[in-house]
Amino acid sequence: MAKILMKGNEAVGEAAIRAGCRFFFGYPITPQSELPEYMSLHLPKVGGVYLQAESEIAAINMVYGAAGCGARVMTGSSSPGIALKQEGISYMAGAELPCVIVNMMRGGPGLGSIQPAQSDYFQSTRGGGDGDYRLLVYAPASVQEMVDYVQIAFDKADKYRNPVLVVGDGVIGQMMEPVEFVSKPAENLPEKDWATTGTGGKREPNIINSLYLDAEKLERHNIHLSKKYSYMQENEQRWEATGLEGAELVIVAYGTTARIARSAMDNLNKKGWKIGLLRPITLWPFPEKGFQLLDETTKHLLVVEMSMGQMIDDVRIVNEGKRKIHFTGRSGGVIPSTSLIEEKILEILERSE
Amino acid sequence: MNSERTILAGFGGQGVMLMGQLLTQAGMFEGKEVSFLPSYGPEMRGGTANCGVIIQTEPISSPVVEGNATSEIIMNLPSLLKFEKDLIPGGKLLINSSLIERKASRSDIEVYYIPSSDIANELGNTRVSNMVMLGAFIEVTGAVDSENVFHALEERLGEEKAHLMEINRDAFERGMECARKQRTNG
Repeated sequence: MAKILMKGNEAVGEAAIRAGCRFFFGYPITPQSELPEYMSLHLPKVGGVYLQAESEIAAINMVYGAAGCGARVMTGSSSPGIALKQEGISYMAGAELPCVIVNMMRGGPGLGSIQPAQSDYFQSTRGGGDGDYRLLVYAPASVQEMVDYVQIAFDKADKYRNPVLVVGDGVIGQMMEPVEFVSKPAENLPEKDWATTGTGGKREPNIINSLYLDAEKLERHNIHLSKKYSYMQENEQRWEATGLEGAELVIVAYGTTARIARSAMDNLNKKGWKIGLLRPITLWPFPEKGFQLLDETTKHLLVVEMSMGQMIDDVRIVNEGKRKIHFTGRSGGVIPSTSLIEEKILEILERSE
Repeated sequence: MNSERTILAGFGGQGVMLMGQLLTQAGMFEGKEVSFLPSYGPEMRGGTANCGVIIQTEPISSPVVEGNATSEIIMNLPSLLKFEKDLIPGGKLLINSSLIERKASRSDIEVYYIPSSDIANELGNTRVSNMVMLGAFIEVTGAVDSENVFHALEERLGEEKAHLMEINRDAFERGMECARKQRTNG
């Protein structure tokens, strides 16, 4: 199929529909409103349902309902809207319901700004909701990668019976790039024999629930969930590594920021520096296996984020004190420039010479 | 590396985003790597619109055009004041001189003054001012082939508005001609 030029938000919608998503519940917010707009136009054409809820809280609970019936369902929002959805997300993790949630991040806290940001890293990976739960979190860096990972997200959600979060930012949501929709064979997924589809008088009712009044029962459930998360940690880490061999310094950045970092890296490498880039694609599980590939020559890690520094905590954890960790970034909706990153790298390397 | 990094900026309604999208799509038709990044922030609510387009042979890392623009299409004065600094030395600046009386302040860039609104009015539709500018832009940069811009526009207009192709083509060619003259004089 030929490539078509699409806006990130619209491409996410098309990818979801092609992945079999038939329900979308949401509430508009900049910079992701083109996603519900696209769904409202195209879902009815394939027999699906688009519904604009009265609030983000209502929307995520509609997602809970549809997911409980075994449907492929999605919601999307941007930072403060995702904050409102946290209770529902925690309930879905507890009830083990698959769904895909898209967050096109904007500046925060609070209502913040409408400009691109990455300041929901904690919210995404630490859980804004209550309880011992984890989400699988993908952070694509281009419109094409968004398309690819939305399909993967639906499959993984079904595979693990867990909500999957796909995070972008205002840049990826709003920009246009050529995309190609290549349908990949789905993973061999289990039947949704747990879904509430009507017993037909032939089986015991299925119950979708996250309430366990018996403490020991809940603990058993927590242990079950924890095993699932450990399995995901072992099997679902994804990252992209560039120029690690012989690198003096490796930049760690994800999403849009990784692309800007890559430009900075290329500029400096042309001048004879040895800079690498490690781009987490899964924010949770954090790709610690990628960090095991770092070269002995690498003395410095530079974390770059569109925030005041959140992912840097995970880099500190996997680094185990081995290398010096530095940070630069912009926040509030300001996009870091390549020159900001280049200057920071030169400052680090020239100081350590 | 062959890379055209363009900032297009003006008032909302001047067709700035459309220009950027046609350019991007034409680049895609030619099998090049392309990206289109629009402003969508609070400044848009105030009535200004801008976007950054990259067309090149190698994969695009940062889609942000800031401080490294090889060319600019500037449709109003606030945009000239804001973006002139983002051109690299030797960069090409196209100014809609119908609406902007001021001259460019830099001497290390190539400047073209295109009275695009006047030309569009002569053609009978002020709305094709953007196509005049786009024609001039293609003339001086050769970023993409004109026919691919028309192809992109045809797709965009669809059958319903296909009758608008002619005036858009005329506008485009008038823009090319205007830029060509300034080139030979300069």
